[in-house]
Amino acid sequence: MIELKKICKNYNPGSVNEICLFHNFDLKVESGEFVSVVGSNGSGKTSMLNIICGSIEIDRGSIIVNGNDITGMKDYIRHKRIGRVFQDPSKGTCPDMNILENMSIADNKGKPFNLGRGTNRQKTDAYKDMLRPLNLGLEDKMDTKVGALSGGQRQALSLLMSTMTPIDILILDEHTAALDPKTAEIIMQLTDQIVKEKSLTTLMVTHNLRYAVEYGNRILMMHEGNIILDKREEQKAILETEEIMNIFNKISVECGN
Amino acid sequence: MTLLLSVLEQGFIYSIMALGMYITYKILDFPDMTVDGSFPMGAAITAVMISRGALPALTLPICFLAGAVIGMLTGLIHVKFKVRDLLSGIIMMTALYSLNLAIAGRANLPIYNMQTIFDNVFFDALMPEWLKGYQTVIVVALIAFLVKVILDAYLATKSGYLLRAVGDNETLVTSLGKDKGFVKIVGLSIANGMVALSGCIFAQQQRFFDISIGTGTAVIGLASVIIGTSLLKKITFIKVTTSVVAGALIYKACVALAVRMGLPSSYLKMITAVLFLLILIIGSDKKKKVKTA
Repeated sequence: MIELKKICKNYNPGSVNEICLFHNFDLKVESGEFVSVVGSNGSGKTSMLNIICGSIEIDRGSIIVNGNDITGMKDYIRHKRIGRVFQDPSKGTCPDMNILENMSIADNKGKPFNLGRGTNRQKTDAYKDMLRPLNLGLEDKMDTKVGALSGGQRQALSLLMSTMTPIDILILDEHTAALDPKTAEIIMQLTDQIVKEKSLTTLMVTHNLRYAVEYGNRILMMHEGNIILDKREEQKAILETEEIMNIFNKISVECGN
Repeated sequence: MTLLLSVLEQGFIYSIMALGMYITYKILDFPDMTVDGSFPMGAAITAVMISRGALPALTLPICFLAGAVIGMLTGLIHVKFKVRDLLSGIIMMTALYSLNLAIAGRANLPIYNMQTIFDNVFFDALMPEWLKGYQTVIVVALIAFLVKVILDAYLATKSGYLLRAVGDNETLVTSLGKDKGFVKIVGLSIANGMVALSGCIFAQQQRFFDISIGTGTAVIGLASVIIGTSLLKKITFIKVTTSVVAGALIYKACVALAVRMGLPSSYLKMITAVLFLLILIIGSDKKKKVKTA
């Protein structure tokens, strides 16, 4: 469970460009919820993810995950229980290391990185079994450097790597935005499958309204640092893409863009 | 023959330093100027220890540790105080100039007629007569080989993987729940330990410490790394670390040839700089061709 309580965040405080993004922002995400978050640029979607992950600091408020207050915790310590996939496929993998090495470091998350052997050859088959259902042929390229893979292949690998070890939260930051429509579809289906299989608490930011409506069991729409739409389960199920689109257009018109 | 021998001796000694710079420059993507200070520091500590009659073999681990501490300080300046990488190194390099003078007590400290890792009772008894003149080159080659093998082994460990990952993609290291700053500090420590070790062996081979020997260390190291990694890139069956050692040997050979062709040795640093520039230009030319192709 994730709880954001009375979050306040100002950008450029003290200067003429001061922007108040969040003022007493509240959000509660139950365990096992798959939340898709939509909203225009600057609405605070990515900032919200960054606040949960500790990538940006907040001015006031508290962040509670599974009952533990993590507000002052350093980002890398929080990430021990957070899996994260970025928009940029190259952010989730090491380009100069091969697939086997990449999967090995991901598999070692939460364990000490000591002087033990980096790759366990015995696990190679298990890794291949994880890659095979992707149908991207990655299982035959274990010794290929990840930098030589396509964006879609890398993103699929990033997704697998970020969910290999037990985590409390999965953060997806527009993770299909940089992919072609077909690959995006594959990655989205893979995401849904992994989330359901491991019943992960997931926050997914997306600009694709169809994905937001189709996947997950809760939808949030954000606007200027506030949640303006929040539908769950059955309410969400009857929601159509067009409906969301209309609300989206309405707020855009109000803003004059 | 003596020219070849001196190229090999110095090349192997500098290759240890180049391997250290391979960690900072290639793996961590950190242009580390500290080496201009940590290299002579290894030499200063060694000269002082040897002239006081310490066991020569003892200088090696002590210099490595001293260098590691210096690397850690550079890392701390960069990570904790968020000083830019290049500046962190320059700050340490400048401070080390004074520190090295303080360690040695003066700008030049000869250690002639003292036992070193090359010349000691143990080796004199062990080496057969026909190998006598090659003692130094054998010992330096052996140490360089050992350092290379240990570095290879380290880079294949979990800790080594993390080091490679931090230079490759910092974000991933954070995602793995690890402090990227700490990993960088570890990398800088190991690298500067190796550089100081190289300086330690250099002092024993040259049989003196001089405050000026550090000037240009970074350039020599970078040149070796770039020669090794770019010229020998096509030979895929050899490890990168092997290429770096080869790079150091090639580099030293080039400098020796330039001196041989009649350039006065006072121009040594000039040759070093010009050669480095040439390597950079040739290296970037290659990259462009690949891009347009």
